[in-house]
Amino acid sequence: MTESGNRAGLSRRTILKTAGSGLIVAAITPAGMILGRKAWSATAEALKPDSFATLVQMSRDIYPHSRLEDKFYAAAVSALDAAAKADEAVKKALEDGVAALDDAAGKAKGAKYIAIDSEDARTSLLHDIETSAFFQKVRGNLVTGIYNNKEVWPLFGYEGESASKGGYIHRGFDDVAWL
Amino acid sequence: MTAKFDLNDDNVVVVIGSGAGGGTLGAELAMKGVKTLILEAGGRHEIPDFQNDEWGSFSQISWLDKRTTSGTWRVAKDFSGLPAWIVKAVGGSTIHWAGASLRFQDHEWKARSTYGEIKDANLLDWPIDGAEMDRWYTIAEDRMGVTRTHGIPGLPGNNNFKVLEAGAKKLGYKEVHTGRMAINSQPRDGRGACQQIGFCFQGCKTGAKWSTLYVEIPKGEKTGNLEVRPNAQVLKIEHDASGKITGVVYADKDGKQLRQKARLVCIAGNSIESPRLLLNSSSSMFPDGLANSSGQVGKNYMRHMTGSVYAAFDKPVHMYRGTTMAGIIQDEAGHKPERGFVGGFEMETLSLGLPFMAAFLEPGAWGKEFAWWLDNYDKMAGMWLVGEDMPQEKNAVTLHATEKDQYGLPVPDIHFDDHANDTAMRNHAYSQGEEVYKSAGAMKTFRTPPYPSTHNLGTNRMSEKPRDGVVDKNGRTHDVKNLFVSDGSQFTTGAAENPTLTIVALSLRQADHIASEMSKGNL
Repeated sequence: MTESGNRAGLSRRTILKTAGSGLIVAAITPAGMILGRKAWSATAEALKPDSFATLVQMSRDIYPHSRLEDKFYAAAVSALDAAAKADEAVKKALEDGVAALDDAAGKAKGAKYIAIDSEDARTSLLHDIETSAFFQKVRGNLVTGIYNNKEVWPLFGYEGESASKGGYIHRGFDDVAWL
Repeated sequence: MTAKFDLNDDNVVVVIGSGAGGGTLGAELAMKGVKTLILEAGGRHEIPDFQNDEWGSFSQISWLDKRTTSGTWRVAKDFSGLPAWIVKAVGGSTIHWAGASLRFQDHEWKARSTYGEIKDANLLDWPIDGAEMDRWYTIAEDRMGVTRTHGIPGLPGNNNFKVLEAGAKKLGYKEVHTGRMAINSQPRDGRGACQQIGFCFQGCKTGAKWSTLYVEIPKGEKTGNLEVRPNAQVLKIEHDASGKITGVVYADKDGKQLRQKARLVCIAGNSIESPRLLLNSSSSMFPDGLANSSGQVGKNYMRHMTGSVYAAFDKPVHMYRGTTMAGIIQDEAGHKPERGFVGGFEMETLSLGLPFMAAFLEPGAWGKEFAWWLDNYDKMAGMWLVGEDMPQEKNAVTLHATEKDQYGLPVPDIHFDDHANDTAMRNHAYSQGEEVYKSAGAMKTFRTPPYPSTHNLGTNRMSEKPRDGVVDKNGRTHDVKNLFVSDGSQFTTGAAENPTLTIVALSLRQADHIASEMSKGNL
């Protein structure tokens, strides 16, 4: 996927149906440029703000998509935050998981996880814990938290519901022209 | 016009389940003048209720009651609580199915004779053959409006098919087309033509795809001989002192248990629930479960050799546009033991939306490489590989020792280990699938592991001799005269083809047998 290809696809759909929804901004602004990752921590309701920010970074490292602005990862982490709010055990598991990750980051790189610049170094720390319940909780949440977010779909060229538009019989079901 | 039967009406034929087997059987019996009651565990969702939304639809119609898994199959690791991806609703899995309607090849009815003795496999010939089934297939294809039969044109090929076809032809495959599909390519039987919506798995929003929900069942109801009772989950089949079936106990939507009397009972709850119900219906007369003198109830569970190949190209494909199963390569379907395995497989296009692609491409995967695939989602093409798997006695649906469902009954455990033949076939199929896409110019290809099972087969298998299986050539249990099995659990062997057409053909044949026996006073 080239960036230009993605933007072309997005702009077409933006004109068709998502004008004014803010997706244009999402598409043309490189991730993290508007707000630092930490800015999302302000939306934390149950988790510590720093833990929320770490989970946003961790989420991006698990499913890294340069086309996705941080707000999409933060929206997914908000679901974890809500679960933490509803269940003290979930909150503790998440806080403990973040603390352990920061501890491992400190031993390996002398910094907290979120402060490690190297993506490879952060990913390596995640590989060390990928079978843990904490990691699987965060990863599992992202499968729907990211990819079932309808605002994300156009960014990946997925058009979603089509029955109300008459399907694709007159809208390109067989328009592949490069074969 | 729909019938309404009293709980104490002991003249009614009770069919358990309303999918390809039960829905067809119930409607056909009603059309033959037989008073028939279908008890369906799920609710009744009509076409307007269907959602073009993968997870939304999944939550709405899937069978999500508790189940456990065991064995070395990958599904037990990836989806330990969801061994099967089937439907709990009126219409059963004919809501979810993709529409592929292929006949068995003649030799597949005689797998044991054709393949010989295969170590660790429990192969058996069906007590019926292709010549016997030809007539019923012909009727079923007409009923379902299968393309490329009865003069019905094939569907147009979508993008996903065009990519598959281009690769297949470059690779030298010859039998490549848009399939034999129970999806209207032109208006037929009061239903319109396919609008290439996609979302075939989520219930067809136009009704172009055949489903018992809106094709067979309404026709049955119109006769005044059929009642479909939704939210009625059968818990136990009961018999009298002579061993004759007298009725069933079911739970209604509030969990209240009711007893429905019956003249005879036909079980069509799919290959997990059907044997589970027989096992849960044990009594002092049948301590190992109903109709289980052979010990084969629940055994020989088959789920087809499956796997998927996805490929990413450098230009857009938009595979999700149009029919999910949009075309097929049949060159590998035959029995060619020189490939290193017995039996064959079909290669059929398949597409998933972004939400399901994230969940199923490589369950559990994460990191840059996985993200790369989703970054290329709109440039992906995909195919499903489906082939004959070996029946093994140890692959079985059994009652869990401790886990109970919402009614206090043991949940089913589904044990499956791939047979060496299954593994050899899968590896070959993966490799051929990848070659197809490489021939079409793919940047990368990916071997996706099996999804939860959609083709659940064999757990009440048909056999000539009572000691080898559960039902006879008409689907009647060897042990109990007025008890029939009417779904894919009858399958003696799985063949390479998607099973629905064969289930429907067997149901039509069984309805003919039952009506005939009833009119002769034998049932």
